[in-house]
Amino acid sequence: MITMNSQPSIPLQTRVPWSVVFFVSWGSLRRRIFRSLITMIGVVLGIAFLTYMLVNDRMVNSLVAMKDDAVNVLLQKAGVDIFRNGPDTMVLLLIGLSLLTCLAGIINAMLMSVTERIKEIGTLKCLGAEDSFIVKTYFVESSLQGVLGTACGALAGLLVSVAVNAAIYGGVVFSVFPWMAVLKAELIAFLIGSVMSVLASIIPAYWAACKQPVDAMRVEE
Amino acid sequence: MADIILQAQGLTKVYAMGAETVHALKGVSLDVLRGQYVSIMGPSGSGKSTFFNIVGGLDKPTAGEVVMDGQRFGDLNSSQMAWVRCHKVGYIFQSFNLIPSMTALENVAIARIFSGLTPSEARKHAAAVLDQVGLGHRLRHVPSELSGGQQQRVAIARAMVNKPEMILADEPTGNLDLHTGEDIIRLLVALQKERNITVITATHDMKMLAASDVVVWIRDGQIARVAQRDEITIEVGSIDGKTLA
Ligand SMILES: Nc1ncnc2c1ncn2[C@@H]1O[C@H](COP(=O)(O)OP(=O)(O)OP(=O)(O)O)[C@@H](O)[C@H]1O
Ligand SMILES: [Mg+2]
Repeated sequence: MITMNSQPSIPLQTRVPWSVVFFVSWGSLRRRIFRSLITMIGVVLGIAFLTYMLVNDRMVNSLVAMKDDAVNVLLQKAGVDIFRNGPDTMVLLLIGLSLLTCLAGIINAMLMSVTERIKEIGTLKCLGAEDSFIVKTYFVESSLQGVLGTACGALAGLLVSVAVNAAIYGGVVFSVFPWMAVLKAELIAFLIGSVMSVLASIIPAYWAACKQPVDAMRVEE
Repeated sequence: MADIILQAQGLTKVYAMGAETVHALKGVSLDVLRGQYVSIMGPSGSGKSTFFNIVGGLDKPTAGEVVMDGQRFGDLNSSQMAWVRCHKVGYIFQSFNLIPSMTALENVAIARIFSGLTPSEARKHAAAVLDQVGLGHRLRHVPSELSGGQQQRVAIARAMVNKPEMILADEPTGNLDLHTGEDIIRLLVALQKERNITVITATHDMKMLAASDVVVWIRDGQIARVAQRDEITIEVGSIDGKTLA
């Protein structure tokens, strides 16, 4: 005789705790350290460029505001319009361009690092991973990479900018260093870098996690 | 008394490829009994993988229903499907599908973690199962440091670690040489006998039929023939020729 073994309804899958999500993300970063560093370098370079442009602009502004003849000579030599009132459109254009390059660099680096692992996402789903687990691991991983990469980039951009300006204008740049404006520029770069890193990573991860497992496993790299 | 673990009810699958549509399954119905070893045979493109993915809950049918242990897949939400994939079914693929950045131990342990264990408990269980498949000495190796046969053993350990009721193996020997492939099949059969697990495999290899309780031939998206064990032995005898001549 054939019977149907009718069972009580299927429970919901156990939620993996955040501590385990962290553990898995950290393992993935560490094991793929070479790849992780390349992704991070993409973020560092993008943010360094943006920070350099921003800090540079702030420092030059405060030099212009000195209205000091000796400094003005140096400024003019460096091609700065010292009689401008309001922001220099040319400089704004350059900053806008550097913002675009920075975004393109970060999105590219993060996107690559997720898309090359979409098959893995499918495999993890076969093993019982919930969509939320996938999204969380990529969130933690990209946050770590994004925050660290952005911090390094913001620092590097600042240092280069200060060094370049000190070389051109001498010690005077330190006496009129625009602390608040530079701090604000650093904060802007940091926010842009961190938020973009996370978005560029979890959006494709979420897209892959929502697929049926086979469809994710079939995605071409 | 026989106990049905899996029912496929009129499964159809249509893939839309631009203007063209491919009918990969055209109404496949099949009952699988608990503890059986079922081989699915059929030419390339006949719909074996499509059938596997649907009965394993890895893909959705265009029409029809899969019932596992009395539960219709269509009635389950995505979290419940994740529970089914985690606890009820173990999957083995032709291309192993291990996570390249994880060691053999971690590849198995991650499946155990999804079942709710802590990482350290999961590692303990994973090490024990890897030992059973003969890889106790390869725990810390990543997949690229293992041979194909060893990788497939890791995949078997991963499929077994949550004590599933059913193993779905889609051409598990497809990427292995003859000898290694036979080892893998022997391992699967041993596990099936020892734990009364239901095993469904797809294969092109006639030799594997001897191990099966049931052989299902699929042709062009439809079941062409279902043969029970006793019929199979007769057929192998007649193919062999010598025993009958
Ligand atoms: N994602 C897809 N999109 C479109 N068509 C598909 C897709 N997957 C499978 N098919 C088509 O469905 C049919 C059945 O494919 P399937 O992979 O199930 O065959 P198979 O029996 O497993 O073959 P093989 O022995 O070569 O693995 C084929 O005609 C195939 O081209
Ligand atoms: Mg196939």
